[in-house]
Amino acid sequence: MIFTPRRKRAFAALVGIATASAALTGCSTGGAGGNGGSAASGTYTFWDPYPQFDGSSAWTKLVEKCGTEAGVTVKRTGYDTSDLTSKALLAGQQGNSPDLLLVDNPVVSTLADAGLLTDTAETKTSTTDIEANILAAGQVDGKTYGVPIGANTLALYYNKKILSAAGVDPAKITDWSSLTDALAKVKAKGDKGITFAGIGTEEGSFQFLPWYWGSGANLDQLDSSDAVSALSLWTDWVNKGYAPNSVINNTQTTSWQEFLTGDFAFSENGTWQLAGVKASKIDYGIISIPAKDGGAAPAPTGGEFLTIPVQKDSARYAVSAKIQSCLTSTANVVSTDNTLSYVAPTKAAQEKQVADNPDLEPWVTAVGDAKGRTSDNLGTKYPKISEQMWKAVQNSLSGSQSAEDALKQAQTAAAAATK
Amino acid sequence: MSNTIIERPEAAPPAGSPAVDAGPPVRPSLKRRFRADQLTAWAFILPVVAYLVIFYAYPLIKNVDLAVRDYTVRSFIDGTAPFVGLANFVAVFQDPTFGPALRNTLLFTGVSIAFQFSIGMALAVFFFQNFRLSSTLRALFLVPWLLPLIVSASTWSWMMNSDSGVINSVITSFGGTGINWLTSPQWALIAVIIANIWIGIPFNLVILYSGLQNISTDIYEAASLDGANAWQKFWRITFPLLKPVSAITILLGLVYTLKVFDIIWIMTKGGPGNASTTFAIWSYQLGFGSTLPNFSPAAAVGNLLIVIALIFGFLYLRVQRKQAQ
Repeated sequence: MIFTPRRKRAFAALVGIATASAALTGCSTGGAGGNGGSAASGTYTFWDPYPQFDGSSAWTKLVEKCGTEAGVTVKRTGYDTSDLTSKALLAGQQGNSPDLLLVDNPVVSTLADAGLLTDTAETKTSTTDIEANILAAGQVDGKTYGVPIGANTLALYYNKKILSAAGVDPAKITDWSSLTDALAKVKAKGDKGITFAGIGTEEGSFQFLPWYWGSGANLDQLDSSDAVSALSLWTDWVNKGYAPNSVINNTQTTSWQEFLTGDFAFSENGTWQLAGVKASKIDYGIISIPAKDGGAAPAPTGGEFLTIPVQKDSARYAVSAKIQSCLTSTANVVSTDNTLSYVAPTKAAQEKQVADNPDLEPWVTAVGDAKGRTSDNLGTKYPKISEQMWKAVQNSLSGSQSAEDALKQAQTAAAAATK
Repeated sequence: MSNTIIERPEAAPPAGSPAVDAGPPVRPSLKRRFRADQLTAWAFILPVVAYLVIFYAYPLIKNVDLAVRDYTVRSFIDGTAPFVGLANFVAVFQDPTFGPALRNTLLFTGVSIAFQFSIGMALAVFFFQNFRLSSTLRALFLVPWLLPLIVSASTWSWMMNSDSGVINSVITSFGGTGINWLTSPQWALIAVIIANIWIGIPFNLVILYSGLQNISTDIYEAASLDGANAWQKFWRITFPLLKPVSAITILLGLVYTLKVFDIIWIMTKGGPGNASTTFAIWSYQLGFGSTLPNFSPAAAVGNLLIVIALIFGFLYLRVQRKQAQ
């Protein structure tokens, strides 16, 4: 073959096309789909929101072990929580959802609404042992879309040193007025009162909900007088300096960092900070968030659900369900939840957890009182309501609107969005 | 060229076809040569065309498609979103967020550019004096540009923290009262503009500085001989001669600033309320801000941004063409 200039040119162009098309097809075959291979063998894909665990972690080993017991190889991938929702939606659109998907509970109703998840009847999964209030976060229209792997919720951490200096007995804090009195005493002593996260994202709504529900307000009616009283409580704290102005922009992490400085009497935060507070030198205690007129307020449940996304080949569900039940068995769920600092979703596992670690006792109680955000059959209405709620919190705390006006505007917008 | 062709056996006319007349220059028909040339040309262009189609045209078309249909999470999955025409755009225009978002976008872009450009210009002229250490200092001024945005935006948000920020502690140590930079509706937009100006100065500095180097020193010498002072030299020589460079700098700055997202998102999330929500932030909030994505209105807002950027893009092309002439 003689390369004349012209031929050389054509040849070069051909090579160019070939490499370009190879690169393109390369992209399409490397997808994350788990649809290859026959049902009872091969590779099963597993996505979770725990990027902090690498291949050598106990969590990955557990996932792989459950796969081996079911006779398959499990390939686990950890994504960032906020990333996982859009990844799961895109994968569903492309028809290559993972075989098992562990997602944050408010996302379950969204994915179920999109028709991406199988319900437990379809995969013959038993959910009878699971506490009803935890399971409710994954239920829409009477169907259950997955199994909770654990739950977390919010309570008030307090700094013993600051409270005793101000002469406050934490056991006497049972309602809003006693809590506000305690904050006033702390402030008078020169210390800082309470820190929470009022940021304009789902985190802000998550933190506001215990007060909102604790006032007796209902998510269907954002501008009820009870709701106004809850938002006024927060706003007054900020205006009187009981809570720092930075709460408007605080995430739960930044608000926790404020508490860890040791200057704050209270912090509204979650189960997952338990390991951190033990490592810090703060002498801490935990009380549940009080309701307006006494008693514990229902806090929202956090935590993930282990779901089985819809596959083209429904024969795969049997193996996926086996892996699911292995991961949610009492022994495994206890060790997983201890690592994540979560509360187990079943009575048996909770008792085992408390036996191992008595510090968890108040949290088990708190989770027992907690309520799913998408419960009350709100489902996919919840995200729309929540968005308006966090906006109202921001507008009121920053002083651009009164609590009443902010919630009125939020109710109008939420009603229009959920129509 | 024709020599090589004749040497190739396959270039000769196929046996079955009518023989080429014995005209003196033996070469393939014009049509055939044209086609072969074109094919080769297309083969060369193909990778670029494929690249443009896949990475530019398709996403743009998809974005328009998202905006003119009513996508819910379910119809996003099964692809059955009904066509709704301009309903999403109408909804976006009527949204109570639209007015504040438009105002914030214009303020953010306009004020950022004005300060970035004037400070960048002042620094460029300053460093052009070539005093000792000027090149070292100039290099240091590039730091904001080199830092990842997440680093600089987080640092600004720490510095501007109401309670523990260094800026407020300086203000209070001089007897002032602290400002709720990121959490008050009056200050949040100003706070993100300040951070954005700081980040944008190096870009203006570098481009204007290189523009200054193209101005002949003879002109300045002549002006000195005529008795012009420094102020006159700037307004009569530097500024007019820098006009082409300035136009490009400002236009590029406009396009960059319109789409700024990371700084605002990291510092305020567009809050409190809507106080620092620009179109870019609003689009993200609609699409990814809650657990229930609202793709169609998000795409509509995104398209508005693209149109605005496009107008400035064409303006840029016009200016560039004018300068080339």
